[in-house]
Amino acid sequence: MHPAPSVIIFTTLSGLGFGLIFWMGLGYPGVTGLTAFIFFTLAYLLAVGGLIASTFHLGHPERALKAFTQWRTSWLSREGWLSVITLILMAVYGAGLVFLATRWNWLGYIGAALSLATVYATSMIYCQLKTVPRWNHWSTPLMFLTFSVAGGALLAGQPRFALPLLAMAGLVQVYVWIDGDGRLNRSGHTIATATGLGRIGKVRAFEPPHTGTNYLMKEMVHVVGRRHASRLRAIALLAGFGAPIVLLTLPFGHIWAAVAILSHLIGVFASRWLFFAEAEHVVGLYYGKRRAA
Amino acid sequence: MTALPKTTDRKLGLVIDLDTCVGCHACVVSCKGWNTENYGAPLADIDAYGADPVGTFLNRVHSYEVTPVEGPAQTIHFPKSCLHCEDAPCVTVCPTGASYKRSEDGIVLVNESACIGCGLCAWACPYGAREMDGAAKVMKKCTLCIDRIYNENLPEIDRTPACVRTCPSGARHFGDFADPESNVSVLTRERGGMDLMPEQGTKPTNKYLPPRNKDALRSADPAAPVLRPVTDEPRGFLGWLDRALSAMPGGND
Ligand code: SF4
Ligand code: SF4
Ligand code: SF4
Repeated sequence: MHPAPSVIIFTTLSGLGFGLIFWMGLGYPGVTGLTAFIFFTLAYLLAVGGLIASTFHLGHPERALKAFTQWRTSWLSREGWLSVITLILMAVYGAGLVFLATRWNWLGYIGAALSLATVYATSMIYCQLKTVPRWNHWSTPLMFLTFSVAGGALLAGQPRFALPLLAMAGLVQVYVWIDGDGRLNRSGHTIATATGLGRIGKVRAFEPPHTGTNYLMKEMVHVVGRRHASRLRAIALLAGFGAPIVLLTLPFGHIWAAVAILSHLIGVFASRWLFFAEAEHVVGLYYGKRRAA
Repeated sequence: MTALPKTTDRKLGLVIDLDTCVGCHACVVSCKGWNTENYGAPLADIDAYGADPVGTFLNRVHSYEVTPVEGPAQTIHFPKSCLHCEDAPCVTVCPTGASYKRSEDGIVLVNESACIGCGLCAWACPYGAREMDGAAKVMKKCTLCIDRIYNENLPEIDRTPACVRTCPSGARHFGDFADPESNVSVLTRERGGMDLMPEQGTKPTNKYLPPRNKDALRSADPAAPVLRPVTDEPRGFLGWLDRALSAMPGGND
């Protein structure tokens, strides 16, 4: 799939933002007043910034409100609802902490659960697509959720939680790559089933429909070089999880914490770029662009 | 509403005959023409006369080469437009309700004024049947020429999709699959009409008729009988010339 910057920024930043909101809801860090205000501002900048970025890839962002209507069937619509409800609820909770120095525990817990539900809904937008075997798997929501909660713990300054969660997210990431690489082949979709011509013999794409490119090719038939991909995988793993884990075990310093967060952000960006760029859409079969035979 | 109807009264769709399609792309052109001049946003061409032209099409013709275990390879032309699936994944993913499947005839349509251009429906379609228009930024797809098939202003013979009407080899057929005696149902039954990528579970309405079995060639070289030597032993004048030339020095090499 085409790794559109708007979608990469959206899933990365809002995942991190809702991760931080999740920890704030649970009461970590247990801050009030100005400190709470700073934490909430950061969380909302990330979450809302990501959501705004996501509208950049819409053909008609002025109609975005219509996207709230189909929550019964559409994960994209559900994601919209969940994010807005979470943000409103947690704004009330945050106001209690900032202005009244009061923690409404139950509100925080509900908001934390809704934060996770929002990230889950985001992941289901991709996971639901049977047309992209690499995404159509339970590990997709698991990856989005572990990334979000681990990154959130890092931002919330909770090394106690961040350390094991970062390690776990890194492991999930490795599993997603190793298992994901074979999913298109295992899915059984081939140029033979796509065209139905396999019963006659071996099928080969002879001529594409047009000499030029088209929307489908640009959007769904993105091919990443193997070397490029393995280099980015190394960056994603080391910057996203390896370096932050090392930095967190060092004696605490604000500088190191900031470096850990920045490094994590870079790693998750790289991972998300790969998430899209490496995802093979079955329509590529019609164009003879998939190696699966 | 992006919930799919449980069942539709009629199931309108196309049968595409891979045996007779000659790959002329006439259906591509007539589809583009009709759907640019009629219902909805026109199908844009971007940089049409430049170095990198790209355009929106609702119907495209691929060509495949199929090599059987024995015998020569075949070229098969393969038109592809929306299959108006019964379990259309493109409909349920739509967040705005712009994508829908009609309960009266099963046609899958996009309400362009409600489409936010998120592109998710195009991702959900396994067949590449949806394209975001490069200029209007709304999702375009085959409408089964809904503005022709019910159009009382057209002569009756034209109340059929543009691609079907135009196909010079009669490779595209339009009809109601819910009626077991319709032209399309009979064709599907008699010719073993098939689904594309059935394992995706979309239950396409459109069916593809596989190419008929080709007859086998009796001799490896069809030109052999014509090119057989007229005679092995030249006689008469040719015989004399042959002998005379052979008698010359170096003549028998
Ligand atoms: S062919 Fe694609 S666009 Fe058409 S109904 Fe099926 S899934 Fe939807
Ligand atoms: S591009 Fe338009 S029709 Fe397709 S899912 Fe988005 S809003 Fe619906
Ligand atoms: S039915 Fe109409 S819109 Fe659909 S492919 Fe044919 S000409 Fe195009």
